[in-house]
Amino acid sequence: MKLNERSVAYYASCDSPTDKTGYLHKKGERNTAYHRRWFVLKGNLFFYFEEKDSRDPIGVIILEGCTVELCESSEEYAFAIKFENVKSRTYKMAAESQGEMESWVKALSRASFDYMRIVVKELEKQLEEMQQNRVSGRKSHRKLLRKQAINPHSASQISHSFSLSYGTPVKENGYVTWNTTQDQTIDTELNGKAHATNDNSDISKYSTDQAPERPLHTQRLPPPLPPRRRSGTGGVTSGIGGLMLTQDSNTAAGTFSFTRLHELFGRDVIQLRRQWQENKFRNDGGSQLDQMV
Amino acid sequence: MRYNEKELLCLSKQPAEKAAELTMRGPKRNDAAKSRLVKLVVNFLFYFRIDEEEPVGALLLEQCRIQKEDDTGFSLAFVDEPERKYSFVCENKDECEEWIDALTKASYEYMRQSLIFYRHEIKKITGKDPLEQYGISEETRFQPRS
Repeated sequence: MKLNERSVAYYASCDSPTDKTGYLHKKGERNTAYHRRWFVLKGNLFFYFEEKDSRDPIGVIILEGCTVELCESSEEYAFAIKFENVKSRTYKMAAESQGEMESWVKALSRASFDYMRIVVKELEKQLEEMQQNRVSGRKSHRKLLRKQAINPHSASQISHSFSLSYGTPVKENGYVTWNTTQDQTIDTELNGKAHATNDNSDISKYSTDQAPERPLHTQRLPPPLPPRRRSGTGGVTSGIGGLMLTQDSNTAAGTFSFTRLHELFGRDVIQLRRQWQENKFRNDGGSQLDQMV
Repeated sequence: MRYNEKELLCLSKQPAEKAAELTMRGPKRNDAAKSRLVKLVVNFLFYFRIDEEEPVGALLLEQCRIQKEDDTGFSLAFVDEPERKYSFVCENKDECEEWIDALTKASYEYMRQSLIFYRHEIKKITGKDPLEQYGISEETRFQPRS
């Protein structure tokens, strides 16, 4: 399979924002020694260079459909990048300090395109809802719900006018440009392969307790509006704070919960810390545990 | 440059944000126009020979420029080699505009900029950073850069 490698290499070194850089030790594929390399994380691409001042990367790891976990190793501060796809290689890495290891694990586990997309969609939705509140001039929560139920067109009109006044990247109709059933048909017919439908088990990808059923990045349905809850003062609680995993007749298979997804992300990090703490405790013979914030 | 090709291959088989049979021409002078199944998955554009399981190739959609070329066509070129254009022809004008829109917004960098924008706008209205409640407001990827 061809890849636009020159341009990918250009992307690695150009001045677009980097998310994290630093030295890491990477275990070779055939030569199983660990090599010290300069790593640059940009978006969902994890580049490695021979040296910090090398012009071109030696290689890149595409970070979609992977998990990042601690691993057993002769090296200290070791972690691994594992892919759901069984045929894909596992990358074993070692950081140079505890802090660096934690920092890399955190940065890499949230590097996927899908993660960024989820956050963007959530903020986009929040902003649209605020605009609706402003335009309608009504603070009443019940009235807002009724308005949305009766006149779904107003949402698209508002976000359209919003995008005009702000000149922003808000989508014209306020909705995700993902194609759903239309694309599935195309894929099935032209590719000769049937794709499985999405279900709520996408979120289980990020849980270390369950075997992932389907990668989150294949979730193609935009998250539907969450049910609202009144707070004690009668105001509207934030859509996210009040989210529950519910199914109703309007939502497609699987209701997306942003809070839950974040809990699951956080849980991974907490578990990793706990694992390390236990290991350290054992190795130190019960000496003082570091206070980890 | 090494890359995890197996993972890229796996990605090419995931459900796409957009997929269609388009006429595609490579950037070299001798490249002929061919019918390809073109598939957008995250920030990669895959192209397959019709009815083949594995893509002929993949294009990372970062640092690239999409341009309309007459009514039903568009071109894709990368910032480091702007004269090298990949050309695409669609069935009709609407399809062409949809593709241009989708590809322009397909990059990770575009998403990042959108996020920074929304975050800023929400904070202007509410006075609060919307990312704070998820404990992610300090993450590097969400910060505006000069």
